[in-house]
Amino acid sequence: MRLGTHFVGTVRLGIKSLLLHKLRSALTMLGIIFGVCSVIAMLAIGEGASYEAQEAIKKLGSNNIIVRSVKPPEEANSSGSSRGFVLEYGLTYDDGARLQRTIPGVRAVLPMRIIRENVRFDQNELPCQVIGTLPSYVEIVGVDILRGRFITSVDEMYQNNVCALTAGLASRLFPFQDPLTMSVKVAGVYYQVVGIVQERNMVEQRSQTGQIDGEPLDNNVYIPMSTSRSRFGETIFRRTAGSFSAERVELHQVTVQMQDTDAVETADPQIKTLLRRFHPKNDYETIVPLELLRQAEATKRIFNIVLGSIAAISLLVGGIGIMNIMLATVTERTREIGVRRALGAKKKDIITQFLVETVVLSVGGGLIGVVIGVAVPFIVSALAEMITIVTVWSVFLAFGISGAIGIMFGIYPARSAANLDPIEALRHE
Amino acid sequence: MQATPKTNGAPVIHLEGIEKTYVLSAENIVRALRGVDLKINEGSYVAIMGPSGSGKSTMLNILGCLDRPTAGSYQLGGHNVARMPDDELSEVRGKRIGFIFQSYNLIAQLTVMENIQVPLIYQGEDPRAHHDHTVQLAKMVGLGDRLDHRPSQLSGGQQQRVAIARSLVNDPFMILADEPTGNLDSKTGAEVLEMLDQLNRSGKTIVLVTHDDKVAARAQRVIHMKDGKIDREVVNRPHNN
Repeated sequence: MRLGTHFVGTVRLGIKSLLLHKLRSALTMLGIIFGVCSVIAMLAIGEGASYEAQEAIKKLGSNNIIVRSVKPPEEANSSGSSRGFVLEYGLTYDDGARLQRTIPGVRAVLPMRIIRENVRFDQNELPCQVIGTLPSYVEIVGVDILRGRFITSVDEMYQNNVCALTAGLASRLFPFQDPLTMSVKVAGVYYQVVGIVQERNMVEQRSQTGQIDGEPLDNNVYIPMSTSRSRFGETIFRRTAGSFSAERVELHQVTVQMQDTDAVETADPQIKTLLRRFHPKNDYETIVPLELLRQAEATKRIFNIVLGSIAAISLLVGGIGIMNIMLATVTERTREIGVRRALGAKKKDIITQFLVETVVLSVGGGLIGVVIGVAVPFIVSALAEMITIVTVWSVFLAFGISGAIGIMFGIYPARSAANLDPIEALRHE
Repeated sequence: MQATPKTNGAPVIHLEGIEKTYVLSAENIVRALRGVDLKINEGSYVAIMGPSGSGKSTMLNILGCLDRPTAGSYQLGGHNVARMPDDELSEVRGKRIGFIFQSYNLIAQLTVMENIQVPLIYQGEDPRAHHDHTVQLAKMVGLGDRLDHRPSQLSGGQQQRVAIARSLVNDPFMILADEPTGNLDSKTGAEVLEMLDQLNRSGKTIVLVTHDDKVAARAQRVIHMKDGKIDREVVNRPHNN
């Protein structure tokens, strides 16, 4: 009780002394305010950025290994290939089957042909990705069926000219009509729309025939694999102004779904070993979302450390600013210290007095910094359309560090005040 | 103040063979005090005079427990304070000695009320519990209506009166006044000295350091110092209780 009121009195006295020099105290606080604010804001932005990346990777499926056909690097910009002007590379139908047979722990293998084409209904013609795949796409890649159905094994068996559209594409193609039971035209062939779907994973899927740049991601037309083979063939011609090129790619992508996460890591090198024998040109790549996730986490740690260090340095600078001012204050108030000592103050009373002043400065600055630091990410989110996540621990960390800095950088000035000789201090002008 | 003046009985201050040596460097050793013996009885009024360099400042510092003697013993109210550790000396200063300085030495950021209460805080007291006592002291020094003023809003004489009230707040044995009228004009100086006389009449022991013969004339005993020793002592008047 007595100690409590004494403490409150000391804090009040500290605030009073600080208010004696309002501008000086405010400027000193500013260092800590910026430090705390930058710790919280930087960590929030870093956290948000890595959250976005991690979410995207998670959607690829942590049980999946994605094998993609890639244009072999040495032939990427030359026209020469085994069949004259036709560039032949990539995964084959056999590869899919081999993966299924050879790799232990495989639950399913999903082949995909991804062809860039235009889809047309009535007067509307839109660019799209025609994805030739199997019914198991729904489970392996993750698709929500909004209306109708996805392609089925019957469609696959009979090479039906049916397709499912992604919701965005459907609404653009059919602004006024009900797309179900209507037909769309792709590369001169009509496909009946049987379903409207939405991919759970909105991650950009690079097509082999070109990069999607700034186009909506949900412009997919799903057709049965067998239909794709018979309608498009294996050779895809691309005509551009003044030139044309042809590529022969059997499969653009194979998604290998493993039985569990543990199998993923062992399967990845096995897949590579297997494919290396049949693909000397190195015309494929594997993507392991799980590994990407781990990498993203590691990157995030490094990111946090870097941001944290920058912020910590600014806090340190703030702390040095506080120490500087407190040393000046001690010199300025030498006489007051002498008087207090003469009136019965022990050394520890003087230490407490000055330490409390420093802590009031740094904790006060810390509080203001927390408020600004929490506000800044919101502003950044609003202006830059970035996800920012203010974590509770970063607020406590920043606030705790500011308090600790107050004590750390307050001890030296406070001790030097307490160790003044009372006689000298009283004589000080 | 106190209902009955204290009797002038046993010596409340007893210095014996006090020496103080400052070692500034190997060759430069200053012997500020060279064996001082002094007894001051309770309730007496003692003035210490002397030219500068006579050791009276050092004497004052030791009497005020701001400094420890190099040799000798110092009994203050039955306690030997000559060898006390720093924290205990602080406590002695706070409880048993009231300081009055030449330049008042009030704390600028505190009000009159708070300034008077500073010594209480260091005794671990809650100032609010001593509100009435503080007001009474302020009234006694004639500043009952200035409790919320800051030192900068007061005249020199008023500041010195706040300092007197502050020196009394812990009800000390001894008031130690270092040139209390040095910064005041003769009229306000006389008022302050009158107040000290009153305190002495009410039983407080007063030790006063001064240059001024007129100031010293108010004391019962005047101790003249020279070269770190007591040169002579003049008794103005016997104890008048």
